[in-house]
Amino acid sequence: MKHRSPSAEQHRGKLPRVGAPAAAAPPPDGTMEDTSPPNPRELTQNPLKKIWMPNKNGLPEKHISHRKVCMTNCPTLIVTVGLPARGKTYISKKLTRYLNWIGVPTREFNVGQYRRDFLKIYKSFEFFRPDNEEGLKIRRQCASAALNDVRQYLTDKGGQVAVFDATNTTRERRGTIVQFAEQNGFKVFFVESVCEDPEVIQENIVQVKLGSPDYTNCNTEEAVEDFMKRIKCYENSYETLDEVSDRDLSYIKIMDVGQRFLVNRVLDHIQSRIVYYLMNIHITPRSIYLCRHGESDLNVNGRIGGDSGLTPNGKEFAKKLNQFIQTQNIQDLKVWTSQMKRTIQTAEALSVPYEQWKVLNEIDAGVCEEMMYEEIQEHYPLEFALRDQDKYRYRYPKGESYEDLVQRLEPVIMELERQENVLVICHQAVMRCLLAYFLDKTAAELPYLKCPLHTVLKLTPVAYGCKVESISLNVEAVNTHREKPENVEVTRLSEEALITVPAHQ
Amino acid sequence: MEGMRRHRCDSTASVPQLCNSPTVIVMVGLPARGKTYISKKLTRYLNWIGVPTKVFNVGQYRREAVKTYKNFEFFKPDNEEAMRIRKACASAALRDVAAYFTKEHGQVAVFDATNTTRERRAIINSFAKERGYKVFFVESICDDPEIITENIKQVKFGSPDYIDREIEEAMQDFVQRIECYRASYMSIDDDMDRKLSYIKIFDVGSRYLVNRVQDHIQSRIVYYLMNIHVTPRSIYLSRHGESELNLLGRIGGDSGLSPRGHKYADALASFIRGQNIKDLKVWTSHMKRTIQTAETLGVQYEQWKALNEIDAGVCEELTYEEIQENFPEEFAMRDQDKYRYRYPKGESYEDLVHRLEPVIMELERQENVLVVCHQAVMRCLLAYFLDKAGDELPYLRCPLHTVLKLTPVAYGCKVESFFLNIEAVNTHRDKPKNVSISRNPNEALQTVPDHI
Repeated sequence: MKHRSPSAEQHRGKLPRVGAPAAAAPPPDGTMEDTSPPNPRELTQNPLKKIWMPNKNGLPEKHISHRKVCMTNCPTLIVTVGLPARGKTYISKKLTRYLNWIGVPTREFNVGQYRRDFLKIYKSFEFFRPDNEEGLKIRRQCASAALNDVRQYLTDKGGQVAVFDATNTTRERRGTIVQFAEQNGFKVFFVESVCEDPEVIQENIVQVKLGSPDYTNCNTEEAVEDFMKRIKCYENSYETLDEVSDRDLSYIKIMDVGQRFLVNRVLDHIQSRIVYYLMNIHITPRSIYLCRHGESDLNVNGRIGGDSGLTPNGKEFAKKLNQFIQTQNIQDLKVWTSQMKRTIQTAEALSVPYEQWKVLNEIDAGVCEEMMYEEIQEHYPLEFALRDQDKYRYRYPKGESYEDLVQRLEPVIMELERQENVLVICHQAVMRCLLAYFLDKTAAELPYLKCPLHTVLKLTPVAYGCKVESISLNVEAVNTHREKPENVEVTRLSEEALITVPAHQ
Repeated sequence: MEGMRRHRCDSTASVPQLCNSPTVIVMVGLPARGKTYISKKLTRYLNWIGVPTKVFNVGQYRREAVKTYKNFEFFKPDNEEAMRIRKACASAALRDVAAYFTKEHGQVAVFDATNTTRERRAIINSFAKERGYKVFFVESICDDPEIITENIKQVKFGSPDYIDREIEEAMQDFVQRIECYRASYMSIDDDMDRKLSYIKIFDVGSRYLVNRVQDHIQSRIVYYLMNIHVTPRSIYLSRHGESELNLLGRIGGDSGLSPRGHKYADALASFIRGQNIKDLKVWTSHMKRTIQTAETLGVQYEQWKALNEIDAGVCEELTYEEIQENFPEEFAMRDQDKYRYRYPKGESYEDLVHRLEPVIMELERQENVLVVCHQAVMRCLLAYFLDKAGDELPYLRCPLHTVLKLTPVAYGCKVESFFLNIEAVNTHRDKPKNVSISRNPNEALQTVPDHI
């Protein structure tokens, strides 16, 4: 627990609903010539997130000042462009996952999906022939339906970014979308994927098209043949984004799976972040291994946080981890730890160099550092209840929230995207955040993901998602997972609060 | 594992030390395309985030070799004598690059010259390959005559080459100098040079072409280059108004403003109004004192947790006297290396820089911004703008109730300091003479400013 000077005023967890007394408004100063500004608003600290907000009569005023940075002033429509099998859906889904994880409400709208919902059965590539009037009509309708849903999402449902995933290969179609966006006050950012490498295209088809609902009843040969013909249908009318004619549009052109990028007119922060992300991802096969440090002394005593060393069991795990890594025969494995003793001790048992990242440190529990849950309940029952009410946003007094953790881990995710084979030895809350990114878990699920000690999770990207293998290294450890109890009211009894606390010494 | 906290691991920079090979960044472009501007700015940024970087400006070598610049004729492609000298200068610069990497532990060298021919670029590429350095080209392409004229005005007239010339004369000469390069200028070719790693910047950033980014540092460089701009603007840095804990000589904490602090908030509001700033963004930390200060402005502001004051860990809310009494060793170690020293369960200035990097990146993207923050935070931000190194940074003067207005000009930053005439305690503690662990309390506390 952080040592606090007894003479300092502690900000108590038992927060009254009335605003903390702000200092009195300054006395009128005769030397100020123009009209003095109105009395400064009183501030209250929001009990859940510990954010200081102005309040009126004890109630927080609606104020967006707690948002980290204004990502964008108006909603953004990301529009994919490219022939089939160029990775548009892969990029759409990945980008959507990333944006949601960093806290930007994003949703993808796949026009192919609308077409499947409408048509029910896919016969053959003939549907996509440019002279198929019936087909064209249906496809246009699907695009319109999707745009309609986009409008709803961005205007009424609190969405900030919509990813419009379709080929959008003609200037005409793109022109229609730009108009739509202008009418609704959305910014548009195009993401074009250009690729002529037949091997890459073949691989794409094998990875994601063969498993598509369109081809469930075909054998591989048939499917590939049909799909190739489907691509041909688009080729003649394909108009790539042009440096000259499209110089006023905002876009990124991705060429040859990320070897080369052309970036035009990035307008704001979110577009800049999107470009940075797209430039860092790759599709080279690799695996990411996530695990926690070995069992620590504080773990065994049911205490959270701190900077203790490994127990004998923990050391045993470190040895087993080393053996496991050897057997996996991983090429060029990078190993990352936090700067806390327990992860470093664990890494020391491996016979490879490792890198320490301060941002991988466990969530800071502030005044609750090194306490047992029983002690938290005893000293800060209100805080304990608030945490159970919204574990993702709840910030420990003088500490952090899961939401803060995600922000601090963003550079780790970015670097994980750049890297190939990596083993990350970290902590429970940290691992939950990283796992949530890879498995696309919501803020509600994230703080309750199971990340037990002495278990390695091996994540391997496959198709549009991530395969997870859970490998327990068969070394005993305490359980540190506390489920959400039934009663999360501040009025609950101690027993109700502590009912889900795992056993400890 | 004693002292592990202080173990100097490789990744103390905010850039993971994932590539061991040094990198040569090679600028490409006609004169007055912003190459030196980019070189200096990029170098400043990389050093700030902890990557030892240095600029090697070939023009500088030429000025040292030739002493007096006569006129553009020196740069004529048929001037054999001059060609010899220029080649020699480029070679000398490359030799110094090698020395920087091998003897001075440099990690990135920015080779600032026109490098407009394929031949010259090939020489540099071979030089780097032979020694195992990575190469990343940064080409700036611009044909907008207004921009070029503005560049010439901003930086060429003040150059040692033109110090004794009339403006008209200087402009004429420089335009002809550019022409000397134009005939032989070969832009990086997207087809023939597809194996090279490079970024092409078109028209001061409206478009970019990025090819084969090899590693983390190149990725960060690209991200940085894509976020900077040259639109004129000003950045205002200020601390919160004087706080209750400030008055008591206590560090850290989350106290509110003192009466004088509130007066400052009012004065700040008047000052800002008087500056008549277009579209001002206001940023604060998550701590009460900066928010209270911003509230008085009556405009929208954004709270950044990253702008919170340095976490003093176990020393939070203590006075320096109490720190000396309870943690004399820690206190001494801090004086020995204030930049790298991390408070137990707290942070170091070095950690602070890492956490402030996204703030700097966003400041680069933005235009007019007022940042209301804290002493250590303000020192870090100021060090970025004024290119101050780790040993100076923690001692930069950032007194209460003083606004610093930073305006980018030429290759640097103009600083104007405005003390808003509201008295406040001094919170600046200079490095004492004796920093040894064996010193006595008086020697340690000698430089502590007065407080209640």
